[in-house]
Parts: sequence; C-alpha cells; structure tokens
Amino acid sequence: MKLNGRVWKFNDNIDTDVIIPASFLNTSDREELGRHCFAYLRPDFTRNVKTGDIIVAGRNFGCGSSREHAPLALKEAGVRLIIAKSFARIFYRNAFNIGLPLLESEEVQDRVSEGDRISVDLLSGEITGGSLEKALFARPIPDFMMEIVRSGGLVKYIKEKGTF
Amino acid sequence: MDTPMTMTEKILAAHAGIDRVVPGELIKVNVDIALANDITAPLAIGVFNEIGKEEVFDPEKVALVADHFVPNKDIASAEQAKMMREFAMGKRVRHYYELAEGGIEHVIMPEKGLVMPGEVVIGADSHTCTYGALGAFASGVGSTDLGVILSTGKIWIKVPSTIKIQYEGKLKPWVGGKDLILFTLGKLGVEGANYKAVEFSGEVVRNLPMDHRFTMANMAVECGAKNGIFEVDEMIINYVSKVTGRSPKELRSDSGAGFEQVLTISVDNIEPQVAFPHSPDNVCPVSKVDNILLDQVFIGSCTNGRLDDLRIAAKILKGRSVAKGLRLIIIPGSSNIYKKAIQEGLIETLVEAGAVIGPPCCGPCLGGHMGVLASGERALSTSNRNFRGRMGHPDSEVYLANPALAAASAVLGRIGSPDEL
Repeated sequence: MKLNGRVWKFNDNIDTDVIIPASFLNTSDREELGRHCFAYLRPDFTRNVKTGDIIVAGRNFGCGSSREHAPLALKEAGVRLIIAKSFARIFYRNAFNIGLPLLESEEVQDRVSEGDRISVDLLSGEITGGSLEKALFARPIPDFMMEIVRSGGLVKYIKEKGTF
Repeated sequence: MDTPMTMTEKILAAHAGIDRVVPGELIKVNVDIALANDITAPLAIGVFNEIGKEEVFDPEKVALVADHFVPNKDIASAEQAKMMREFAMGKRVRHYYELAEGGIEHVIMPEKGLVMPGEVVIGADSHTCTYGALGAFASGVGSTDLGVILSTGKIWIKVPSTIKIQYEGKLKPWVGGKDLILFTLGKLGVEGANYKAVEFSGEVVRNLPMDHRFTMANMAVECGAKNGIFEVDEMIINYVSKVTGRSPKELRSDSGAGFEQVLTISVDNIEPQVAFPHSPDNVCPVSKVDNILLDQVFIGSCTNGRLDDLRIAAKILKGRSVAKGLRLIIIPGSSNIYKKAIQEGLIETLVEAGAVIGPPCCGPCLGGHMGVLASGERALSTSNRNFRGRMGHPDSEVYLANPALAAASAVLGRIGSPDEL
C-alpha cells in the first residue's frame, strides 16, 4: 500500500482538544467535524488541506481526551496518514479503528519540510521524496493493525471476519 | 509455583480466561461494565448499529451518562443527548443517568456501586481510569472500541507493563491527592507512562482518603497511562461494602511481580502544586508562583468535584469573600454530593462567599459551556487539563491546582495558598 502526499508539520504533544476543540463536539456529523479541524491552532488548515495530505509530527501526537472526533476530523479533512515520533495510546487505537493509518519514526519530523511531497510504503515503512536525501524507515505497522487498515477500519474488519 | 503477576496483569488474565499474561501480549478481554457519555455515545451507537446486532451484549453492564453538555447547551447537543436517551430506553440499558439522577460519570459510577475491585471497566472517556482508585482495571477508549463492546462485550488489549510509584513520608498541610499526582506528572512527563499501567502505593497512599485516591487515578491518563491502580486494601473494601453491601476480596500485586520501574517519591517537602499553561506536567510549587492575577476560579470536575473537595473549599471560604471582579464557579460532581453539601451547610457558605453553584455536570472543564474563557483571560481550575484553548479562547490560560488553593486564590484574586489568608 503506497501513499503519496504533501506534508503538514506539527510539534510535540498535539492534543485532541486542539485537533477538534470541545465547542465543536455537539455533533457526530463527520463533514461538520472535518470543517473545524485545528480550528484555533491553524485556522488555515481546513482551507488548504488536500485529500491525501500527510501530517508529520513530534512526540505524543493525539494526547488528552479520548474523543474519536479528532481522528475523524483529520480523516474527513483529507489526511490519509500521520507520521509521528510517538502517539498517545487512545488516539493510536482510535485512528486505526477508523481506518486512518499511523507510522512511528524518530527521524521524519526532523528531516522533512512543510509542503514536501513524500511517498510512503505502509508495508515496509519506507519514506522517500521531498527534502529527504535518502529513504527513511518507520517502524512497521503491527500485523493486526495492518489488517484493520486493509479492511478500512475495525467495524468493516469485524463484518468481514465475523469476529475480531 | 505460579508466576508472580502485578494487579493489572492478574485482572486482565482473569478476564481473558487464561492463567497468566505478560506485558506486550495481545489479549481479548471480557468487559464487566462499559461506559459512554453524551459526546462519545452517539458515535459509539453509530458503530453498534453498523455492526448490526439487535441488542447490547448485556443491558445490565452498560452505563450511559449525560454529563458533558447538560443541561443541553444548544440544539445540536440536545439532539446528541436525545439520541443517547432513546438508545438507552430502546435497548433497556440498566444504568442510564442524567441531571437529578446523575452527575459526572466518573463521580457517580463509584457512588452508585457500579464498579467493583478486580473488574474491567472500559469507557469512551479518557478519565475512565478514575476507577483504578477502587482496584479495578479501568481504561479509556474511543467510540469505535466502545461500539464494539456494546455489540460483543469484549475488547482487545495489549497487556501493559507496570510502573510502581511508592509515596513515602509525611504530607505537608494543604497537600493532597491532587498535589501528589501533579508532582508525579512533573517527574514522569505527559508521555512518561504512555501505554503503561501505573500502580500507586506506599505508606502515604495507604492513609489517603478515597476522594484523594479518585483524584490521583483520574489523572493517570495525563502521563499517557492505560490505567492507574491502587491495591485493594481495607479502605477500598469498606467504601465498596458500604455502597454495594458486597464484600470484595483483597487484591494486590504478588511479591516478586515484574515492574518495569519502581519510583519512590518522598512527600516530606512536596508543597501544593500548580500546573502552568499549557500542560499538566508543567508544575511549580505554590511558593514559587509569582503574582498571577485571575479572572475565574473553577472548583469541580471528575478530578476534584467530590464532597471532600467542597468541604475544604467551604472551610477556607467561610466568612471570607471572593475578590472583586473574580468569578468563582463551583459545581458539585453529582446530585448526591450536591444534596450532602446542602445538608452540611457547605453550599450556603460557598454562596455567601460569592461563589455561583452550577448543576452537577462537567461544566467549564472542557470549554463547552458554563464558564467559557474569553481571550486573554486566566483561570485556576481544579480539573485535569490545561491544554491551549481547553476552557475557551486559544489565548486564554488555565492553571491547575487543588481545591484548597483554588478557594484561597478566589479570595486573593491571584494564585496563592490558604496560608496567605
């Protein structure tokens, strides 16, 4: 599974409150959530994000509240992959559960630039393109999580397999 | 001989139907009670419907609590609450609570005896970890996981390794569970226990009242922990027996159990702590806090909205007045606590001092309603998070502290200690 997209860079400890502030949590409508992604932190995000874009961040991405509205808002806005140095536990589960893959890499954030167009092989974890002089390798996605991604999320996985 | 296990490992093994588990192992666990609120339930109900089961796995083992945006703040939130209410009625969910019957989910679950020591509690709310104070394995998840639990009664979990934290020494005046956990966050950092279990132990916590233990377990997630847990001692057994009439067994980690790390914290010199914006681990002892003027003080939330918290606030505010221009918002964590606070005369004391009392709910903690901050405003809150924009405008600031400091600061008009009054 290969992905290709533009990079949006973020720092450490991006919490789910800044991804989707609580004042927008009075709905479960995915499109509506997508319209308010990073509403206050980066008001330009929803105007300029394109389907297929990739978020590259530092440590502990998605910390704080368990709101699944956060990965849903990112996915709805067009984000197709997040690469971070590390992810907070609940966000990690939530993102895979809705079919939004995550990759962990200590190096990518330090080596790519905002707006770079990078190519990522989800299976091998190989990342190339943009400001990268040579390929970087993210930690491979665990098999179980990869199967969920292939199905398009946990619900579809369960419907396909009859169990989980 | 049996391999020694930690408390968390024992509970997970028992609920996976196997003799032992090791950290890192992926297991499927039976859930004793599943929980969601008016923000997370609607998405979970969508997942449940998509999976296509007619009934929830066990209507006795599901709790749905309207607490985040109630009394409903707008039409959209009213629709969300209505959807959850109708689902609860339609599926005969046993534990559905709102307003007069309820309060904040993490306050009422223990109060109503819905959590027993040694159980597995999974909730679509990050502060589900609160029930570790009862010696349960309690962990927060998102709505898809919760929707799958509603359908199947099961969840997959990676067995966490455990960090054991031992608190030794003697507590200073005005120092309680909130200060211990804030100090610990300062040591571990917001990612310090990511994916891990945190076991709170040592002579200090053995003597710590339940309300303080709830505060500590509640904030385990602020260092990324999967769960925080206390050993099931006499205090927990007494609390649970009183509420439920059932007598749980003692439960603790085996001697020789494998802890990833054992951290000993001497509490002798720990002062009341203040977490500065914009992170709960950005802590500072109160004596080192400069002249930080406040617009608002909030006493409440699943962290510090319990009876002991209101008692200490009333003790400090009795016969005093809130500083001119400062807004003091106090929200009892449940209707039950509200009633007791009235009976004890606490509410009268608080109102006399200049506080406004809100109906039991999450209130301004998450910046939804009932005390949202404007740009440039500063609040001291007894809640658990002070992320940028958490309580309102992205250019507002939130400081976290215990209820004693919050009450004293409301009188002083700036962050300070009761000793300064």
